[in-house]
Amino acid sequence: MAGSAPAPAAPASAREPLLRRLLTRRAAAFGLAVVVLFGVVALAAPLLAPADPLATSFGAIRKAPSAAHWMGTDEIGRDVFARVLFGARASLLAGIVSVLISLSIGVPVGLLAGYAGGLTDQLISRLTDALLACPFLILAIALAAFLGPSLTNAMIAIGISATPIFIRLTRGQALSIKAEDYILAARAVGNPGWRVALRHVLPNAAPALIVQSTLAIAAAIIAEASLSFLGLGQQPPAPSWGSMLNTAKNYVGNAPWMAVWPGLSIFLLVLSFNLVGDGLRDALDPRRTPGA
Amino acid sequence: MLTFLARRIAIVVPTLVFVSMLIFSLQQLLPGDPAVVLAGEDRDPAVVAYLRGKLHLDEPLAVRYALWVKGVLQGDLGESQRMQKPVLGLILEKLPVTLELAALAMAIALCIGIPAGVLSAVRRGTAWDYAASMVALWGLSTPNFWLGILMILLFSVTLGWLPASGYVSPFEPARATLAGWGRPACVVGTAIAAVLMRHTRSAMLQVLSSDYVRTARAKGLAEPRVVLLHALRNALIPIVTLGALELGTLLSGAVLTEQVFTIPGFGKLIVDAVFNRDYAVVQGVVLFTATAYIALNLLADVAYVLIDPRIRVS
Repeated sequence: MAGSAPAPAAPASAREPLLRRLLTRRAAAFGLAVVVLFGVVALAAPLLAPADPLATSFGAIRKAPSAAHWMGTDEIGRDVFARVLFGARASLLAGIVSVLISLSIGVPVGLLAGYAGGLTDQLISRLTDALLACPFLILAIALAAFLGPSLTNAMIAIGISATPIFIRLTRGQALSIKAEDYILAARAVGNPGWRVALRHVLPNAAPALIVQSTLAIAAAIIAEASLSFLGLGQQPPAPSWGSMLNTAKNYVGNAPWMAVWPGLSIFLLVLSFNLVGDGLRDALDPRRTPGA
Repeated sequence: MLTFLARRIAIVVPTLVFVSMLIFSLQQLLPGDPAVVLAGEDRDPAVVAYLRGKLHLDEPLAVRYALWVKGVLQGDLGESQRMQKPVLGLILEKLPVTLELAALAMAIALCIGIPAGVLSAVRRGTAWDYAASMVALWGLSTPNFWLGILMILLFSVTLGWLPASGYVSPFEPARATLAGWGRPACVVGTAIAAVLMRHTRSAMLQVLSSDYVRTARAKGLAEPRVVLLHALRNALIPIVTLGALELGTLLSGAVLTEQVFTIPGFGKLIVDAVFNRDYAVVQGVVLFTATAYIALNLLADVAYVLIDPRIRVS
């Protein structure tokens, strides 16, 4: 038989763009659509809101949903729909900024631990264990308490609390990637360690980090809502879903709509990020097939 | 076993040192002079001077840390500024309430999570599997304080069956205890059930495809016997570790749930301390929680070695 057999082609699914692979998963596509919708709502809130989210009306206190107020009004007559729309800003901002903080600390530190090894790795690993030993929300509450209650400090607190997960993930990825032949080859041709780490290790660790970031945004949104619910996040009168629920719990008996809509919004947004995260994990793993 | 224990303790000690440093450094985050901040709004110079001396603020940072650690090792976690009581005493006073909530929540999580995980793995790819996965995703995505509010809305406001909130002592009749604790325990338990379900499913799928399960089936054993006695018994081993890891979720859930249902536990202690700027209590609670978490993980690792002979041999 003349000629050699062609090299085995990569599976068709592996060559497709990530977005297309993600969209073939119905649940992930639904999640992505909802995330995009919330993103648009957050950006266009001033255009979409039927009223000023801060405007009080003592003639419309705790009014049930109606044509004038689609989601009803709160305890000082503010439009719940307008507040839910503006509340999306705080939630999305907190989710994304917190994870960016975690990534900006966790990835370099994890890369250093995994790539350098030795005493550096030992020290960083013990520090990571120490951070992981403090339950996520309790550490975030403590940090927010000492920094002072505000949305910015809540984002910092959540970001720092979520950092050890990224350190551990990046370290694990770096440890497994640095044992690959192409890393040995990159080092053999004289590349300095930092270049190998940044140019070769980091890009290969990116898929796992992308999946974790998406799931971490979901956790950060719940954490921001939790801190705001406790009064440690977004401060009144600025709208936030968590602080809206904190007020709503005092009026469950006579104005249940105050609790339903912000809670449903948190649930939908978190669920959507979780669906996208699960979908990305499947799409980036060639062993998984759509719908598996 | 002793070598394993010594190796684990060698890791635990530096972790505890880092935990103590981390929690001590929280005080350094306070804007301005900690003595002035802790003295409250009056900022009475006498109080400020007293606090400065008590907290050794004139000493170098390393000396302050050493003095603080010395106190902690002697069981002195500081004193609550507001209640004028030792922090350790306050924690031990509130802890039983939260432990009761945590135990009930864990029981609910085990009762839902493990059967759902087993069912999902055994009926992989069927409607049961998808339904269980959807329920797990719902549990992971629902903020537990919202679920608590919805339960109050349903059981107290709409149906009028239960009081909206309040603490019921475990020494009350069983029905009253269940009425008081059922909803808070469900709220905390569902999130953990979701995690347990996912882990049980994944562990069961791995075990079900192993050789000894195939052998058990080849011997003609009934499927329920294969699943429950051969597969589940081995799949449950990693769940021991997971149970310890979920302590964080339990306590975080308890903080929020105790707020919703006005339960005077550990969670309410930290939240009240935050709002009263009772920083020694906040530090004490975080230190206590982290130490308990590390100790539980060590115990889980030991249990893991004891129940899994393969790890002992390796």
